[in-house]
Amino acid sequence: MTVIEARGLRKTFGTTIALDGIDLRVEEGRILGLIGPNGAGKSTALNAMLGLTPYQGELKVLGRDPWSERDQLMRDVCFIADVAVLPRWLRVSQALDYLAGVHPRFDRAKAESLLTKTAIRRASKIRELSKGMVAQLHLALVMAIDARLLVLDEPTLGLDILYRKQFYDSLLNDYFDRGRTIVVTTHQVEEIQHVLTDVMFIDRGRIVLNRSMEEFESRYLEVMVHPDRIAAARALKPIQERQVFGRSILLFDQVDRRLLDNLGEVRTASIADLFVAVMSNPAGQQGAGL
Amino acid sequence: MNTQADAVPGSGAEPQAVAPAAMAATRPLYWSVRRELWENRSIHIAPLAVAAVFMLGFLISTIHLAEKVRAALALDAAQQQAHLARPYSVLAILLILNAFAVAVFYCLDALHGERRDRSILFWKSLPVSDLVTVLSKAAIPLVVLPLLTFAIIVATQLVMRVLSVAVLYANGLSSEPLRTQVPLLQMSLVLLYGLTVQALWYAPVYGWLLLVSAWARRSTFLWAVLPLLGICVVERIAFSTSHFASMLGHRLTGGFAGAFDGVKATNGVPIVSLTQLAPGKFLSGPGLWIGLVAAVALLLAAARLRRYREPN
Repeated sequence: MTVIEARGLRKTFGTTIALDGIDLRVEEGRILGLIGPNGAGKSTALNAMLGLTPYQGELKVLGRDPWSERDQLMRDVCFIADVAVLPRWLRVSQALDYLAGVHPRFDRAKAESLLTKTAIRRASKIRELSKGMVAQLHLALVMAIDARLLVLDEPTLGLDILYRKQFYDSLLNDYFDRGRTIVVTTHQVEEIQHVLTDVMFIDRGRIVLNRSMEEFESRYLEVMVHPDRIAAARALKPIQERQVFGRSILLFDQVDRRLLDNLGEVRTASIADLFVAVMSNPAGQQGAGL
Repeated sequence: MNTQADAVPGSGAEPQAVAPAAMAATRPLYWSVRRELWENRSIHIAPLAVAAVFMLGFLISTIHLAEKVRAALALDAAQQQAHLARPYSVLAILLILNAFAVAVFYCLDALHGERRDRSILFWKSLPVSDLVTVLSKAAIPLVVLPLLTFAIIVATQLVMRVLSVAVLYANGLSSEPLRTQVPLLQMSLVLLYGLTVQALWYAPVYGWLLLVSAWARRSTFLWAVLPLLGICVVERIAFSTSHFASMLGHRLTGGFAGAFDGVKATNGVPIVSLTQLAPGKFLSGPGLWIGLVAAVALLLAAARLRRYREPN
């Protein structure tokens, strides 16, 4: 079933267009990465889906209108806005009490058991925890909620690599199943490539690329070209070319793999490289776009 | 303690034991009020501190208690009462003023602080509506503070009474004048009435402060006060009248005058008798009802505004 459906989703701040008529559909059981430069409209899109900001156009999340039904929607939707939103005065035990009090789908025992795997003490206040521990706590709270959609907006911002890795590992191993859907935005694209089932690029309020990861992997190939075949490679119209240690790496969209195998070492493109290609090259946008 | 159980993998696959339908509609409200008490410890610390300071003064004053009672015996009944009941009523007035001050500062920060520290994004990620949130915050000045103030006043007065009786006994004096002139049970009923009157009469004030705290990006106190002063000034200059100013003054000071009979705010005689209560007069005055309607409108507006609010 469809978890998120938007048609002509639009949002302006004064004369600035944050979302310029977005159409999107997210099915159940997907992990969608929303990638875009700063100010591209990612957070605005997420905020609209979470009922945090009014919008124009049609938007349904789990069949509900997020703006007018936020409180009911939040029974089935969880979000982590960023690591700094847990109130600093709150004690860990109070956070558990409060969630158990107000959230019908919060499983306190599960949260407690997730917390025993961390160094977080029940009596601590949030302000006494490190940034990484706050993220662990927030994730434990969210994972103990039997939600259908989890929205993560830069959830690992400012965390070190160990915490970041642990964050996505426990999300995949202890939380995600085919009945749940996750939408995530982050700037650490390379770290979540293996996690995603779908990827979407947003730029200046528009969706410029929307692919499943299977499509992505079969379609975008990167070749480290032998120096003597560079002219032949360029003739196949790469969407991007870059130099690494004196070797040319060319990125191709929908070019037959057998042709590329003759040119050099072929591998799947990284989301980060494709992102750079699409964003830095308006012509490439046409080639890689919808 | 239960690390053994945690080692078992796949605990997330168990069916949830929580029945969503079983949660009563009032539970989020109840827990949201408790949440306010966790965050705002001044709600109970401030009145306890006032009561403690007062008790310190009272303890020292018991040195002269025996002389005071002896002197009071020479006076007529009304003056006796004024003398003996004064410390009890001073305590009550101090704590009622404290409750108002705490309520004002609490309301100004209630919907502003959550945007300042960005925690509004966490609260809004939970299935608690903006209306329930605003109602839980309004419940602090309207319900929690009056009840807490009542309990602390009554408890402190009881301690004062026990101490006084002990001191009088040690001096070989009868505690009879205290018992007849300072009827604590009756005074607590007067107090309960007074606190109810205060909460209802000030409801629009709290509503206004909550609305400002939901609206203003900073300087909530100035935004709460200056626009009202501005209206007074404009009215004064434009029409040479001061209806708005007198309306504000009436709202701030007129509550008790409209709820008690034969009481002047300045004469200093403690209200002890139940015959001085005038609930009929209070309930039939238009001021109360206009105020309550305004309070409801202001709270609804604050809830509506919170929906649009993002972190500052």
